[in-house]
Amino acid sequence: MPAKASRAAFGEVLLDLGARDERIVTLDADLSKSTMTVGFAKKYPQRAFNLGIAESNVIGVGAGLALTGRIPFACSFACFIVGRFETIRISVAYTNANLKIVGTHSGVAIGEDGYSQMGVEDIACIRSLPNIGIIQPADELETKQVIAYAVEHQGPLYLRLTRQNLEPVCPPEYRFQYGRWLTLRRGHDVTLIGTGGPLFNCLEAARRLQTDGISAEVINAACIKPLDEEMLVQSAGKTGHVVTVEDHSVAGGLGGAVAEFLGEVLPTPIKRLGVRTFGESGDPKGLYSKHGLDPAGIADSVKKFLNR
Amino acid sequence: MGEVRLESIARECRVQILRMLAHAGSGHPGGSLSVIDILASLFFGRLKFDPTRPDWPERDRVVLSKGHAVPALYAVLARAGYFPDNQLVTLRKLGSPLQGHPDRTALPGIEAATGSLGQGLSISLGLALGLKLASSKSRVYCILGDGEVQEGQVWEAAMSAPKLGQPEHALDNLVVILDYNKIQLDNFVKKVLDIEPITAKWQSFGWPVLEIDGHDVAQITKALDQAEATSGGPTFIVAHTVKGKGVSFMENDPEWHGRAPKPAEAIKAIREVLGVAESGWENYLKTDSATRAIVDELSALEKK
Repeated sequence: MPAKASRAAFGEVLLDLGARDERIVTLDADLSKSTMTVGFAKKYPQRAFNLGIAESNVIGVGAGLALTGRIPFACSFACFIVGRFETIRISVAYTNANLKIVGTHSGVAIGEDGYSQMGVEDIACIRSLPNIGIIQPADELETKQVIAYAVEHQGPLYLRLTRQNLEPVCPPEYRFQYGRWLTLRRGHDVTLIGTGGPLFNCLEAARRLQTDGISAEVINAACIKPLDEEMLVQSAGKTGHVVTVEDHSVAGGLGGAVAEFLGEVLPTPIKRLGVRTFGESGDPKGLYSKHGLDPAGIADSVKKFLNR
Repeated sequence: MGEVRLESIARECRVQILRMLAHAGSGHPGGSLSVIDILASLFFGRLKFDPTRPDWPERDRVVLSKGHAVPALYAVLARAGYFPDNQLVTLRKLGSPLQGHPDRTALPGIEAATGSLGQGLSISLGLALGLKLASSKSRVYCILGDGEVQEGQVWEAAMSAPKLGQPEHALDNLVVILDYNKIQLDNFVKKVLDIEPITAKWQSFGWPVLEIDGHDVAQITKALDQAEATSGGPTFIVAHTVKGKGVSFMENDPEWHGRAPKPAEAIKAIREVLGVAESGWENYLKTDSATRAIVDELSALEKK
């Protein structure tokens, strides 16, 4: 499979799912060309609603539709949709509306548009709410499975997608399971837990570390809430060193979730790689390099962390 | 005849509102008393519902966007048979499904969590659209507070509603009622942030607007009839109301937005709601055992 953005995979799979399930509807806030629901809107104009640049209303209308048995996907950039946190908090999570919130353009890897368009705090916000799960697929195959799963899942979900193309990382036989992670590479010195965009770089970093005699286990944490606690304890217990890698703030993201859990259950030295400042304009590769999310940056951080 | 019945039910509900707020020791009497005639007219003069099947798909939906007035909704739901009257005194108590603001997951009959102001109209749009998509005949009634329309999300929803679902799924199954009691928490709405000209605002967003006295059940009924006869889009009703309606010392006083009556105050308020002079109160209570029980219960609470 060639590299593909998870937003593009989302748009494609929605066309198939929409044909099979009449309940699926989409809601957009004038970004349907960017969230990639535009294809769905063309194919099913009666089931696609563009509510204009009014994300709070998009979320609320989605919640109401969900309460009548529709399966709405409410879509915008991650920062704009999760920025309407209070509406998600009450109209979706507390109401327990079966709404699928899709945040595309997550992370600094959106590049040139700069910080105001980058969702780098969205996981932290949503993670604080009961009832709502968080899934971030890492490639096309996984995205299509995650979206199909989201249709079946009873309850609200936050689905975090990328603008940029993602290299395939999951094997063809992979089947996504809610609350379960996937071990992409086995190792015994350090556990690299990646999610979404930088996961491919984790695999490349692991290959580089191997040449330096460091055996890195690489895990794809697509499900950020709930965590795969079983796999986390098992792998952290084996390697004794955990490094989290995400295109999101280190505060409250996957790294925060892992640190909170292990801190209570199995205290383990942890290094959180991610975003520690506001984002900025630039090319995506350069930004990953600046934030230490490229293969060299991840490998360097692991070596320092292990004192090797 | 129907009007007398609705007025009588609204009076009973006012008594229950005062009762439960005194037991809770906190809550919002002013806005509960201003909205109760509207809620009573809806539930007992208009709505399709079945308390034994709260999730009956064909029911009409009420979204009380001004969620702080939920004591009024609880009074109506209890009267409608969703739960027993004696549960009303658990309002705001630990473990009670009668949360301080509506919790859909806790109490059957609540359609959406509200009370974080400005959100209920968007949810109502979604409900109305979903029902239209399902070719349902059910209707949606959303009740907004006047202070609440200062929230931006209300205007996002207001802008989209007349256009949403057009033409084949136009939201003519949606009625939005503004409980315009002129007072919000801090002060008179006019002094905090005047929302006038409110009728012109909604009209300019494409809504037909009706203006009524929100305590006159005949006017409420007529406006709801008119809304139901309107096709092609939703209807907005400006219901002019009095905050604290029915209780002399609560009416038009911002102080009673968010302060519960003490038991003795509640008893006095109940007497006023029932239209009984102080001199005739003891004799009246001999003829009304239900009120007697409520008053005795409040007297006991006073002594605690």
